Amino acid sequence: MLFFYFFVNMTLISHHKDVIKQNLISLIEEQQKRDPNPLRIAGRTFKSRLFVGTGKFSSIESMKEAIEMSCTEMVTVALRRIDLSKNINEEDIISVMDLNKIQLLPNTSGARDAEEAIRIARIAREMGAGNWIKLEVTPDPYYLLPDGKETLKATEVLVKEGFVVLPYIQADPVLAKQLQEAGAATVMPLGSPIGSNQGIRTKESIKIIIEQAFVPVVIDAGLGLPSHVSEAFEIGADAVLVNTAIAISQHTGYSAYSFALAAIAGREAFLNGIIASQGTIENKLTDTWKKAEASSPLTGFLDEERR
Amino acid sequence: MTTQFSDYIKQFPFDEVKSKIQSLNQNEKYTRIKIEQILNKALKEEHIQWYEFLYLISDPALEYLEVIAQIAQKITRKRFGNAILIYAPLYLSNECKSICTYCGFRYNNLIKRRTLTIDEAYEEAMILHKQGIRHILLLTGEDYRNTPVNYIGEVAERLKYHFSSIGIEVYPLKTEEYEFLRTKGIDSLTIYQETYDPIRYKEVHLQGVKKRMEFRLNCPDRGGTASLRRIGIGALMGLSHPETDVAMVGLHANYLSKKYWKTHITISLPRLRPAENFEDVPMVSNKKYVLFLAALRIFLPDVGLILSTRESPYFRDHVIPICITQISAGSKTEPGGYSGKKATEQFHIEDHRSIPEIVEMLKSKNLDPVFTDWVYVMK
Repeated sequence: MLFFYFFVNMTLISHHKDVIKQNLISLIEEQQKRDPNPLRIAGRTFKSRLFVGTGKFSSIESMKEAIEMSCTEMVTVALRRIDLSKNINEEDIISVMDLNKIQLLPNTSGARDAEEAIRIARIAREMGAGNWIKLEVTPDPYYLLPDGKETLKATEVLVKEGFVVLPYIQADPVLAKQLQEAGAATVMPLGSPIGSNQGIRTKESIKIIIEQAFVPVVIDAGLGLPSHVSEAFEIGADAVLVNTAIAISQHTGYSAYSFALAAIAGREAFLNGIIASQGTIENKLTDTWKKAEASSPLTGFLDEERR
Repeated sequence: MTTQFSDYIKQFPFDEVKSKIQSLNQNEKYTRIKIEQILNKALKEEHIQWYEFLYLISDPALEYLEVIAQIAQKITRKRFGNAILIYAPLYLSNECKSICTYCGFRYNNLIKRRTLTIDEAYEEAMILHKQGIRHILLLTGEDYRNTPVNYIGEVAERLKYHFSSIGIEVYPLKTEEYEFLRTKGIDSLTIYQETYDPIRYKEVHLQGVKKRMEFRLNCPDRGGTASLRRIGIGALMGLSHPETDVAMVGLHANYLSKKYWKTHITISLPRLRPAENFEDVPMVSNKKYVLFLAALRIFLPDVGLILSTRESPYFRDHVIPICITQISAGSKTEPGGYSGKKATEQFHIEDHRSIPEIVEMLKSKNLDPVFTDWVYVMK
């Protein structure tokens, strides 16, 4: 009897998860239809704007659940976590993903300079992991902050070799420009140091990057809460990448789901021009509008008889 | 990054943008709500998207003209201060092999033609120099034979130590030719698309290099590739659907400033004026015209905005303080005009005031007339 109860309960939960996933997918698809700037990277269109990482999970199952319940279409995997002696599709991390839906994004985590990163990228491609590469060059092993100079060097080489390069960078607008010029497919400025869950501490610089960007801007690293993700989209980010916050949560599936909802909410706010008014901005326009109506100092001359 | 504007623009067909704008005019109520949201964003100095910019140039936006102008003025003061850059055009020639139905210089127009010699050009330029002009714009028609690239280069070389900035507004060139002209002292390029409407473009450009729409469309890309410091683009208001042309100019400027990020982009929206044998000109209303300029400022806070001497003194006096950053003054649009030589002008000028008069006017409006904002070594 107890066994039967347990069985039914499990079935209900898994059914429940399917419902959640279905609803999430329809939300994402409906929003994408109205979006004047759907997310396109290197010719591929992405519905979901949430990218996820595969590090730090307690088990393959918890990772699989996070990937599924986030409805993500881009998953990054550290090449250094893959056993190079195996066939890549037999690797646990990769075999649990539906690669028809998901773009696999190998990363060069651990590379300390351009040369190491370039070699990792080439190995990934030779192993059959495709030609997309998340470029991470992090000489400092503690904060894992990216080295802009080496990242630019590696981007120039890898783009020439036909890679789709997504570089992880400091929120440096000039570097972002130089990378775009070198042919980067996106730029991925950090919100705060990787794994720190501090949110977007580089907001003003990221806003400049977004304003000037010619390719999608993906905010990567430091996003620890769904509200951080919403904020990223409110300021106009094209996508975000979340890993640690999901991986170390108790229920990775529901955690991933909450980040996915936050992405939709943030994008919706951005699309509709909703801004944190704190009670003053709406009034400001009304005031300006009223004043403007009473006397039109700048454009009143248009109504006057032409002299 | 190797794509050019002609590829980029394929995502935004002229007719589709036009019907989008027309639909905004029809759904007036909804458009007004959106406009208020967008203006709230602009008041908060948030960046405006291109599709939002379309709302700001729609008919319902006219109701918000004063607010839009006020926001535009605030942004302009913040980004550019009170400075207004003054420059003057120097027409080197009115010889032209192209036929553009709206232009006085067109090949089949029987007018008095003239091409200045290098000495004459120098003489003309020095007249402007005496009046204080340090930013000069060299203009020709579309005649590769009578005004070749070498000739333009020679004129620039002769002038470069006297002027802090020399620009060109000539026929479209190749990247290598822009690179060559840079070595001769030219730092900026002006090239107007006239209209982004492919059908109308064909109708009004009947002969010459100008017939090649795509070659002209990608001209700013080539100038950017050649690393020119400033590039001016624009559309002639009145050739096609004005709102759509303004939308496309905005799109073009946004594309260029993102792609050629070391180049400063400027925009001009000259209103079509009567020229020799081209009298019947459709007018964009004054209100719409002010709306276009102010909305462009909100969409692109950093672009330079130019107001032509084609506009009347009264209109210029009122619009310059809203969002303009540079103006020409004391202009003549015929080659040799400054020294009193006879030739036919390109278009009728409305604002005939001298440079001191313009300076006086700007000062009375608390604006600072700036004559030099460049050093000739920064090419």
